[in-house]
Formats: sequence, structure tokens, C-alpha cells
Amino acid sequence: MLASFDIGALGHSFWALTISGLTYGSIYALVAVGYTLVYGVLRLINFAHSEIFMLGMFGQYAALMMFGFAPQGDAYDMGVAQTLMYLGLAMIGGMVVSGAAAVGLERVAYRPLRRRGAPALVFLITAIGASFVLQEFVHFVLPKLTNNTLGGLNAQQPIRLVSPSTQFTIFGATVTNVDIAIVVSALALAFATDRFINGTKFGRGIRSVAQDPVTATLMGVSRERVIMLTFLIGGVLAGAAALLYTLRVPNGIIYNGGFILGIKAFCAAVLGGIGNLRGALLGGLLLGVMEMYGQTVFGNEWRDVVAFVVLVLVLMFRPTGILGESLGRARA
Amino acid sequence: MRSSTPRLAGVALVTIAGLVLVGCSSKAPSASSTGTSGALTIQPLVQIDKAGKEVKSQAGGTAANPAGDGKATCASTTTIALTGANAALGINIANGVKLAIKQHNDPTKDCQLQFKGFDPEGAPAKAPAVATQIINDANVIGLIGPAFSGETKATGAAFHDAGLLSLTASATNPALTTNGWNNFFRGLANDAVQGPSVAAYMVNTAGFKKVCVVKDDSDYGVGLAQQITTGLGSAADASCALSVKTGDKDFSSAVQSIKSAAPDAIFYSGYYAEAAPFVAQLRTGGVTATFVSADGTNDPQFVKQAGSASKGALLSCPCGPAPADFEKAYEAAFNVSSGVYSVEAYDLATIVLKAIDGGAKDRASVVNFVKGYSGDGLARHYQWDSTGELSSALIWIYQVK
Repeated sequence: MLASFDIGALGHSFWALTISGLTYGSIYALVAVGYTLVYGVLRLINFAHSEIFMLGMFGQYAALMMFGFAPQGDAYDMGVAQTLMYLGLAMIGGMVVSGAAAVGLERVAYRPLRRRGAPALVFLITAIGASFVLQEFVHFVLPKLTNNTLGGLNAQQPIRLVSPSTQFTIFGATVTNVDIAIVVSALALAFATDRFINGTKFGRGIRSVAQDPVTATLMGVSRERVIMLTFLIGGVLAGAAALLYTLRVPNGIIYNGGFILGIKAFCAAVLGGIGNLRGALLGGLLLGVMEMYGQTVFGNEWRDVVAFVVLVLVLMFRPTGILGESLGRARA
Repeated sequence: MRSSTPRLAGVALVTIAGLVLVGCSSKAPSASSTGTSGALTIQPLVQIDKAGKEVKSQAGGTAANPAGDGKATCASTTTIALTGANAALGINIANGVKLAIKQHNDPTKDCQLQFKGFDPEGAPAKAPAVATQIINDANVIGLIGPAFSGETKATGAAFHDAGLLSLTASATNPALTTNGWNNFFRGLANDAVQGPSVAAYMVNTAGFKKVCVVKDDSDYGVGLAQQITTGLGSAADASCALSVKTGDKDFSSAVQSIKSAAPDAIFYSGYYAEAAPFVAQLRTGGVTATFVSADGTNDPQFVKQAGSASKGALLSCPCGPAPADFEKAYEAAFNVSSGVYSVEAYDLATIVLKAIDGGAKDRASVVNFVKGYSGDGLARHYQWDSTGELSSALIWIYQVK
């Protein structure tokens, strides 16, 4: 049976969908920054970035387990100070794991190729290979290392620190504490990254390498250090996004849980203009909202299709994305 | 670094503020918020027929006892075979059979029956080789199994040719009894009974006027949803008949559609892995309609993952509940609680034991005994029609409470 075309449903729950879309969109945006920065500096699409995100989910989960939380059906809901502290610590756990994994990936997979001057296609295939290696690591090896508490075929039992509760309504749509936390944290991190890239010495290094690696090196910028820093920033943001994502989707911690989300984040990066930091942000939010509208109109099973159709449509009219490719050009 | 450090610090503060918000709005620590899910379990509610009407369970009081009178005699090599010994579902079944044999052997000195487990790993491709092994073992007088519909389909003809009793406690594909295998008997209702029964129950007994049927994309989910939708008739609201995908963890858009439709109940046609986050998100989204699902969701994991959101959910199953005495004996013997189909396996093994105690010495006489059998077990009354289906196939409705 073909999905029904239901414009009425869109009108009926427009604001609720917009809010859902913005929360997802801001998660896409954070992950998209990782794709965009690496592309800007290396002209490489790091397809393993979705697995960096996935490792972040396991990182924050492992951190929570270390603090003594056991998976259970209901949220812990244990009061302001503690919830805050543990969420913060879990986020750091996710950031550390993702950041380390991203830098490690760069070391193990990409740096040897760069040393040998491998062609761009080899990098791309390596990225896809690394993506599978990381997935299967969590699928098969991690359970053996952790005595079957982490990884494996099934999703982790959720650990919920806080249950969503409505804070206020806007045009009839409820906004929960979790929605607000996700959007506010993601925007703050995106803004911080923007300031870091466009306003600090390190950021200037990244921009200079993106613009002209040879001249940047002549000017005393260490290209290797810049590349490492770029992977680190992307990884740390993916780790933060991982925590925000599990706030919203507690059952999503699984070895292949980053795959579709990663592809969507990549779409978001391309949509906004790959290599363009602000483009990644805009693309993420736009994609999140569009896929919510789209799946309501065309049917739930079309969610992923809608995301890619939006991408194709935009690229038909603006092949370089909405804001264009521009990490190299100083925009600050 | 220019002046960006203070700005960065400011941004960090905003991030923290966002997280504080989560903290602020979360309730103060309360004893009730933790541990509530620990108390929730899936409990039997009512047994229903195809019209959705309650059928009082008369089984249990006069259930056949595997122990017998202790005077039976038989060859000490007589073996009851079982397939699916190592699979998760297989363990529930194997333990049920083992318990029955143990209760039979303990008081019956002159008839010490053997038990032999075979494991085709639920794979139809591996089943024929295992079947040959079972058939060629001259000591095997009867088989409890095969456990899954796929392997039953692959081996049914071989068991039929060998004239070996094939008594399944868990294979529910309706087509299995249409092959003319007169040695095959099904100890529970098949899939074609579950859908119409549950649909009739929702409309006639529970009185739901408007039901949203949500299905996943598995064969099981799609097939069951079709039967449920047909059975519900006008109560099935087409405007909120939704499809999701196996592996989905986020259902925000589906929740919105259901919220606008405001149904009396939601029927989820799929497995617990998606049902658990789905029901959690429905409750978070403010949907209070009754959550109904079938045997794919009838698993302790559903309650474990969904927590208090699973409270009140109605879950159907062709499998019967375990009586307290059975549960006690089972736990004493195996150190785990019984699972889905343990009771069926125990009942069916008991019937085979009765055949042997009654003097059946070869495969043909065991098949004949089962063909003419009529008696109560722990789960239900067992009597088969000419195709090998139960003459009265009933469905159990369970509730999370």
C-alpha cells in the first residue's frame, strides 16, 4: 500500500513537528561539524565519523555505569544538582571517548596514507573500511572485553537520567526539558566552535591550512598539528551530540546506531555547503525539520527518503550547498 | 588567543545552563520513581476464543500428571527426542520436557525414560540432517518439536515418512497442518487464530471504538497487522494506520499522528525491541490510550526496557501461563524461572509419557495414542482434529501490572 499524502496532519501538528525537528536538527548539526571541518582541511569525507559518534554513545553509557547507574526502565529523576552533575560527567565521558577515537583513527588510518601520498580515492575507501571495523569492533570484540556488558548484537538497556517533562507550550505544542537542553546545548557548542575557528590562533591555523596548505606550512603552521586538532574538535562535538541523542532516544545505543544518523549529518553538511561551519549548522536544523514534516505528509517509513530528496533538490539548484563551500575563506 | 577566551567561557556557561534546565525540571528524588519497573511483570489476564469472549480455564485442576501410578514398565533405552535444545526458546521447551520426564522417572522404577536433545539452531538448512539423525536413532519413540516453523516445514515430510510423532510446542505457522502429515500435532493455537481473536477481544470485550494499528516491516508484523485490521473492521482507523521499520528507535512523528487521532487503543504489530521505546515515547508524548500487542512483544525485556510506560499494556500469546506449583518445581530443577512455551512442552511431554506408560512400544502406537488423546494439561485441554490442530485453540491475553 502506498503511503497516504496527508497535508492535514502536517497543519494539525506543525509546531510539535517543528520542535521535534529542531531537536534532531541540532544533533545533526553537531555531527555535521565533524564532517565539514575534516573536509575543509583535508578534502576528505570521513565516513567513519558516524562510528565516532556511535563510540561516543557507548562512552557516555560506560561513564554512567562507572558512576554506579544500572540500566532500568524508568528515569532516575534524582534532583537538580545530581542530574546536572552526572549529565555533565557523562557528556565528558562521551567527548573523551569520541575525541580519542577520532584522533586515533586519524593516526592509524589516515596519517600513514598521507605519508605515502595516497590518492583521494584511497582515503575514501579507507574511511568506509574504518567505519566497518569500528562497528564490528563494538559488535563482536567489545562484548568479550567487557564481559557482555557493552556492545554486541542488541541495543544497550537504556539508562535514563531524566524523564522528559513539559516546560511550556507554544502554539499548542509541548516543549520538554529534554528538547530545550538539546537545542540550547547544541547551539552553545556550535557557537563555541564557530568562535574557536574564527576567533583564536588555533582556528586561524585551521583556516589557513584549509585555504592553502603549502603557504600555511611556509608561514610556520604545523599541518599535522592542525589536522589532529581538526579531528579532535570533530570527535569531541560528536561525543557531545551522542549524549544529547541518547537523552532523546535512550534505546538507540547499538553498534550500528550511528550509521543512518551519520549519513544524515553528512547530508546536512553538504546541504549547508560542505567545508562551511555555519552551513553545517543551518543544514542540520533544516534537515531535521524537513524530515519531520516530510514523514508526516508521506508516512513514517519515508523519513530517510525525505532527507535525501531534500538534499538532491537543494543540490540541483545550489550545487555547493546553501551557504557554499567556505571554510578556507575567512568569514569572521 | 585574542579576546575569545572569555567568550568561550560564556558559551560554556550557556551549555551548562542548558543542562541545568534538565536538572531543574526533573523531580526531586522520590522512592517511587525508581524501583517501580522492578515490580511490573506480565501477568495472565484472560483466555479468549476466536470471538474474543472469555473462556474460563478449566485446565489445571485435573491436569495430567507425568508421574502416573509408578507401575509402568518399558525398555530402558526408550528415548524422547527434542529439537532446538540450545536456542533461547529451545531452553524453555527443553526444560519443560526434562521436568516432565524427571517427574515420571522418579517414582517409576521400571520405566526410566531417556531424553535426547538435538539442535538444528533454528536454521531450516541444518534441520534435515538433524532430522535424519533422529529418525535413524531406533530408540527414539517420539519427538517434541520441531521448535520453529521454518525447520518444521523443512523436515515435516521426513518425520511423516518415518511415522515418528512430531508434537510441537511452539511452531505457529498456519500452513504447517495443511500438508497431510498425520504424525504432526500442534500443542497451541496457530497465527491465524491469534489475529482474529485479539481483534475481536479489543472490539467486543474491551470495547475499543477506535484503534490505531501500527506495524513494523517484518513478515510477522505485516501479516498480523492485516489480520488485526480485518478483524477490527470499522474500529481500525485508517488515518492513523502507521508503518515503522524494524530497528527504529524514534517514533516522534508516529506519536504526533496518534495524538491527533486520539484513539482508544494502539495495536503494535511487531517485536519488543521497537515496542518498548515506542510505548515510552507515546506516554511521554501524552498519549494515554491502551497499548496492545501480540506474542512478539510478550517478553520480559519489553517491561524491562519500557519501565512504567509499559504499565497496563495488553499482550496476547498462544502460550499459556505457568501455574504456581509448576513454576516452583521448574525453578527448583533449573534455577531459572520458566519461559514462554515451558508449560506447553511439559504438557506435551506428559502426553507422550502417558502413551508409553499405557504400553506403547513403537512409534506408530505413540502416534495413535496422541491422535485419540483427550485430556487436560496445565495450560489447556488437549484434543486434536484430523489435521493436527487443537480442536479448541485459544489465546491468552496478558497484562503488564
